[in-house]
Amino acid sequence: MAEPTSDREQLLGDLRAMMRIRAFEERVSRHFREGLIPGFVHVSIGQEAIAAGVCGTLRDEDFITTTHRGHGHCLAKGLDPEGMMAELFGRATGTCGGKGGSMHIADPSIGILGANGIVAAGLPIAVGAALAARRRGTDAVAVAFAGEGTVHSGPFHEALTLAVLWEAPVIFVIENNRFAEFTDSDAMWRGAPLVERARGYGLQHAERIDGNDVEAVRATLEPLVAAARAGGGPALVEAMTYRIHGHYEGDAVPYRDEDELRAWQERDPIEAVRRRLAGEGLEDRLRRMQDEVDAEMDAAVEHGLAAPYPTAETLLEDVHA
Amino acid sequence: MPESAPQRPPRYIDGVRGAIAEEMEADPDVVLIGVDVGAGGGVFGATRGLHDRFGPERVIDTPIAEAGVLGAAVGAAMAGLRPIAEVMYMDFVTVCLDPIVNQAAKLRYMTGGGARIPIVFRTQTGGGRSSGAQHSQSLEALLAHVPGLKVFLPSDPRDVHDLLRAAIRDDGPVVFVENRRLYNRRAGDGPWEPLPPGRVRTVRAGDDVTVVAWGRMVEEVARACDEHLPDVGVELLDLRTLVPLDLDGIERSVRRTGRALIAHEAVSAFGAGAEIATRLDERLRFEVEGPIRRLGAVTAPTPYSPPLEQLALPGAASIAEAIRALLAE
Repeated sequence: MAEPTSDREQLLGDLRAMMRIRAFEERVSRHFREGLIPGFVHVSIGQEAIAAGVCGTLRDEDFITTTHRGHGHCLAKGLDPEGMMAELFGRATGTCGGKGGSMHIADPSIGILGANGIVAAGLPIAVGAALAARRRGTDAVAVAFAGEGTVHSGPFHEALTLAVLWEAPVIFVIENNRFAEFTDSDAMWRGAPLVERARGYGLQHAERIDGNDVEAVRATLEPLVAAARAGGGPALVEAMTYRIHGHYEGDAVPYRDEDELRAWQERDPIEAVRRRLAGEGLEDRLRRMQDEVDAEMDAAVEHGLAAPYPTAETLLEDVHA
Repeated sequence: MPESAPQRPPRYIDGVRGAIAEEMEADPDVVLIGVDVGAGGGVFGATRGLHDRFGPERVIDTPIAEAGVLGAAVGAAMAGLRPIAEVMYMDFVTVCLDPIVNQAAKLRYMTGGGARIPIVFRTQTGGGRSSGAQHSQSLEALLAHVPGLKVFLPSDPRDVHDLLRAAIRDDGPVVFVENRRLYNRRAGDGPWEPLPPGRVRTVRAGDDVTVVAWGRMVEEVARACDEHLPDVGVELLDLRTLVPLDLDGIERSVRRTGRALIAHEAVSAFGAGAEIATRLDERLRFEVEGPIRRLGAVTAPTPYSPPLEQLALPGAASIAEAIRALLAE
């Protein structure tokens, strides 16, 4: 179908999306350590291929819900890094006026129905958005991003049950990054693998994929999103990846196997694409791209740090409609 | 819509059904969703006929999966619908508190006004019929405690209609608490002046003591007056909505009567009565002569056995006794 060059352009586009997430979160990590970001933050370093590959298949009017580890999904869905960075710094110019922070960042105007501080809460919300899209006669779809720690919770079961019942155009993207907070996910698992469990609900499709291969992510999602858009109902993808940082920034990760970490670092999703494209003679273009991404994120930091804090008058604004 | 005999004044339950039907008629984005609300017409018949009239796409039967259903209602609200999500018994809000408390209540604020959550969580309570401890609770204080939620508790067959329409039109989340023991009450035939949420209604005027009540306790206080207090000038205020709270309206009455009792079906401890009493005290200490007190159910799970349950809940006799005690101080 697509010409080789346009495949390559698409891969470059996905690489850029991943590089933007990495550059954003490296700065977040650093400025958190420096005490410039209050509260706590969770980064998705090493997991960028999933955000880029999935959101690359979506339109503006499509919906996503995400988690406490949601910067990548928001950036890939089109949220402006300057507003996001200012939000993390708690500033008035932030995406949410400084009232949400990393864990509650949202912009419903571009279909981002929110990061979420509550594990599994976003799944039913995505199902409801998908239901609304159908009831309102649009062909929008919803993607619910969640971690593998989510799948044992009640709302996961309820969300899949309702999605199938309503033939809701929703794709559940489960990022299996090996850890549910501090706990080895395998240690919490008995019985059939997730995709087998998921098939039991009656989804159109359930598949485990390599979450560190952006091309595989995109190739898996494209037909699933198209099918959901056409009325084919919900699907689930388990994307295997690895959380390079701790549960939150500052987590010393004493529970991690360092050999396993090194093995996954060898499989970095950004480096894999970069190596391949460099081999095709695109070194200059890649260097330029990195410079542009760095400049964009440096500017976001600079503007965020220069922005004022919210004024006291906003404290009681937007409690009620 | 199947109405009862058209000449007779509507019942409380007709007010509920009528308000939903009118709003669904007026706005195609209004949907009703919940366990048994559709083909079954609701366990109390409140939504009977709506499924046939508006179809299964808008009157949506769900499995017993309240947390998922309410979460979906939140997502649907953010994506443009105006869901009325039913929680069959108020006790069951405890199995789906996350979508109410952590999502709907906070999303507008957390997004700096970016998210619009037009959603009604319709539920009902009603102790006093041996429904047991898990089907009898009045949990309004728990919900009113959460910033971002409005809480409506209509007592009157005409008001339930007005308040439910207002709740559906609200662009934020409203917890709407009906009382099943009022469903068959018929509207009075006197003149009716609709009031917006956040305004008390003076049910009877009096000069000796102000009594604030909501839900079924409004008629219980009226009965206390009729049966036990013919000599006392009770000013009975129907609070109608806990959030927004018409503290000014209550204060005006208490300034005049000098005493106040807040009576509710929920247990006394850490309840809405205590909150209202404190806020009145903050405004009126040293300015009124009499005490400000609250009366609620005893602080215990609701017992099943009829004589025990009667002891647990406020009733006309105990309300009258509390009013007498207040006047004696």
